[in-house]
Amino acid sequence: MTPAERDLRDAALEATEGAGALERRLERTWRTREGFWGALSTVDHKIIGRRYIVTAFAFLALGGVLAMLMRLQLARPESRFLSADLYNQIFTIHGANMMFLFAVPVAEAMAVYLVPLLVGTRNIAFPRLGAFSYWVYLFGGIMLWVAFILQTGPDVGWFAYVPLSGPQYASGKRADVWAQMITFTEISALAVAVEIVVTVLKQRAPGMSLDRIPIVVWAMLVMAFMIILAMPAVVTGSSVLIMDRLVGTHFFNPAEGGDVLLWQHLFWFFGHPEVYIIFLPSVGMLSTMLPSFVRRPIFGYLALVMSIMAIGVLAFGLWVHHMFTTGLPRLGESFFTASSMAIAVPAGTQIFCWIATIWLGRPVFRVPFLFILAFFFTFVLGGMTGVMVASVPLDTQLHDTYFVVAHFHYVLVGGAVFPLLGAIYYWFPKITGRMMSERIGRWVVGLLFLGFNFTFFPMHILGLQGMPRRIYAYPPELGWGGMNLFVSLCSIALAAGFLLFFVDAVRSARKGPPAGDNPWDASTLEWATTSPPPPYNFARIPVVTSAAPLWDERAALPVASGLSVNRRELLITTMGTATPEVRETSPQNSIWPFWAALATSVMLVWSIFSPWALVWASIPVAITLIGWFWPRGTPEDDA
Amino acid sequence: MSAFLLRCVLPLLLLAGCSGWQSALDPRADAAQELHGLFWLFTITCGIVWAVVMLVLAGALLRRPAAARPEEERGRAERRSGRVVGGAVAATVLVIAGLTLASFFATRGISADHPEALVVRLRGFQWWWEVTYDDPSPNWVFITANELHLPLGRPVRLELAAADVIHSFWVPNLAGKQDMIPGRDNVLAFTPTQAGTYRAQCAEFCGLQHAHMALQVVVETPEEFGRWRATQVAAAAAPESAEEVAGRAVLEGKACAACHTVRGTAAAGTLGPDLTHVGGRRNIAAGMLPTTRGAMAAWIADPQTIKPGNNMPMVPLSADELQAVSAYLVRLR
Repeated sequence: MTPAERDLRDAALEATEGAGALERRLERTWRTREGFWGALSTVDHKIIGRRYIVTAFAFLALGGVLAMLMRLQLARPESRFLSADLYNQIFTIHGANMMFLFAVPVAEAMAVYLVPLLVGTRNIAFPRLGAFSYWVYLFGGIMLWVAFILQTGPDVGWFAYVPLSGPQYASGKRADVWAQMITFTEISALAVAVEIVVTVLKQRAPGMSLDRIPIVVWAMLVMAFMIILAMPAVVTGSSVLIMDRLVGTHFFNPAEGGDVLLWQHLFWFFGHPEVYIIFLPSVGMLSTMLPSFVRRPIFGYLALVMSIMAIGVLAFGLWVHHMFTTGLPRLGESFFTASSMAIAVPAGTQIFCWIATIWLGRPVFRVPFLFILAFFFTFVLGGMTGVMVASVPLDTQLHDTYFVVAHFHYVLVGGAVFPLLGAIYYWFPKITGRMMSERIGRWVVGLLFLGFNFTFFPMHILGLQGMPRRIYAYPPELGWGGMNLFVSLCSIALAAGFLLFFVDAVRSARKGPPAGDNPWDASTLEWATTSPPPPYNFARIPVVTSAAPLWDERAALPVASGLSVNRRELLITTMGTATPEVRETSPQNSIWPFWAALATSVMLVWSIFSPWALVWASIPVAITLIGWFWPRGTPEDDA
Repeated sequence: MSAFLLRCVLPLLLLAGCSGWQSALDPRADAAQELHGLFWLFTITCGIVWAVVMLVLAGALLRRPAAARPEEERGRAERRSGRVVGGAVAATVLVIAGLTLASFFATRGISADHPEALVVRLRGFQWWWEVTYDDPSPNWVFITANELHLPLGRPVRLELAAADVIHSFWVPNLAGKQDMIPGRDNVLAFTPTQAGTYRAQCAEFCGLQHAHMALQVVVETPEEFGRWRATQVAAAAAPESAEEVAGRAVLEGKACAACHTVRGTAAAGTLGPDLTHVGGRRNIAAGMLPTTRGAMAAWIADPQTIKPGNNMPMVPLSADELQAVSAYLVRLR
């Protein structure tokens, strides 16, 4: 037996090979190769997660530019700064970009980066699928923006209601670009969701039983299940839409027995859970950050986890509240009013638990905590207006007005983006090894908080004064001009806040003060390794004995040993109690996910122009998949 | 004193009236009144809840707990917090249940269908409204566009449909919105309680000129309404001056007649708004321009600059023809 073939375990390695041997060997096994091809073929969840986060924030910035263009247009009545055609593209792409290219992907991105570290494993499950997912997402986003630059941007709203998006009223390829952009995002989201579910359920560190899982991981798990259950509806919808447009089916054509409301049901059956897909990860991140800043464990762990699950379930029972003005049967209206209102109960429970946590703890006012406070002010207000739009009769006045624009920006920016930015400040030291600036961070919070509220609060009043959404111009005699000008001016502060955030992030990534392993003295496992973590995450797999392992095992964290160091191996544990079950190999780096994503992208873009793309482009897709799964001749029982 | 009132208060009143003619906060019909009450019930309740939550949060941030407390006391505080959180959740359930019931009863209060109601059919087009007044007697049925007249105090039943894409009919001063969906029929019922002119606007994104799809609602006394209806039922006024006669010839001879109807002339197209009494309407082009001779000429001369993308093409006319046809149209009261 040559030394290379020896069954190398991490248990007694240092005794035979000397100090540092474990890290050296793990590094060699898990590292990403240097150079261009190495970068394309990596399957390290941290590198993919980092790319995902940076890309999502790049799309956030682009979407923000569109928002500023819209505010410029609406600053005065009957403005001719943007044409109707351009404005309609801009608001459509702003919405589609923020929902499909920023909000959902950034939640997945945080999950891809954080979940394996939080549960104490060496890589995410099915990491090649993660690489594939990232490339598909990137190509889909590029397609949308290239289409926009070429004046083929979708102009039918991010919800693309038929018949306006159907073959008769949306000529050209704009609506097809929208439909396929959806397909891109769905494929990538489904891929990540599967990875998260398996990682959380089967790869947790030994001892991390269900009641010791950090709340952010619970939230990511529920999000992943929601993606798996909700996305198929919109994939069906967008595929059927493109069939109506491309091959002449009549699913949505009432003249041929189709139904236009069918589209709305399919879209919102996805679209409403989507809101919670965006919101829940932020809830989770908030719940996991909060203990670090009040110096005590979270209050009401069980209630919080149950609330997250309850929201995950209820989210599927209230899609119709986007359709309250379509003329529904009375019984249906009452049911969906009640179910929409009911979601306030788990949401309220969460708020009360967080406030109790702060009440019982001793707050430390650092930037992530300030973001949490901004979240409370803004999100609770958005929740209140949410109760208002959940009422069918009231919604008939509020629906499709600026009141709703204000409402959902309060819940999405206040509820999801503020905690997300707090999370960036919080985990930035783990990701880069450097701290972001506390001084600039306070300015960022202040500008965003004030800028946001002054920009969006007046929109409630505009909506009540009769201003509908999605209008590129309004007549001066309606008296909306003054408030719109005020809103546009305040949006500059909001934009400045985001700009400052980007400046701080870019500057700190290079020049920030070194962070150390655990700068916040936090309690969860990701802080048990170096910042940034090595390619193998943990030299030895931690063993969890409580819900706050780093606080309860301050002297030394117990670890498990027995994994091979010259082959990528993970520890698989049971779902309930996280008892070790088996050692499992984890895939090597591979360029094939990149080629597969490229082939898939060619197929989807081509299918905008010809249905035959699905036939001919399936050949390269098949070839790349064969390459991806080609057996390497490693014996099964090697693992 | 009265001069002072006139100078200071009147402009304010005018301003309020002005900003209020497309506002949910200024209800002028039973349905909007009901919703207005519901709105304030929700707003005040939610406002109080929000304020209480913020106060408790502020309290949590400002209190200074003892640095080190015995284990036993900490356990007590924890249990007390548990009870408070439980109570707060229970209170949430009660508030939510109360608001759900309130909105249920509001719906019941609004949608009572009245057998005596005036029935008007509204059809949304990209980007204008067709208005059809139904009547058991065919002599009293007529079609107009972009302006809806309603008698004060009489229940009205609006039957909503769409000709092309989804639109949504919303006149906030009178009632909540209701979508107009191809292949479906929706109904909106209410009773106007105050005379006045209100503005309705399409609330569902319907394409390029969604922003410019407005409709005027005129609520007037039953007598005024009766007079208006008698005018509308009649065929178009005969041209008087030589210019108006020439104008009618242009309308009938050029492309205008392919899309527009003017009852009593050869123009009988159905793709565009009925123009039989267009001169009597307050606006043209679905709320874009006032009905003056100049605006009419500008609109006919170049509809694509005024409302880009709308379905009315530019029909080449000589200066004299343009003069004549706009003079004729504004006379069609």
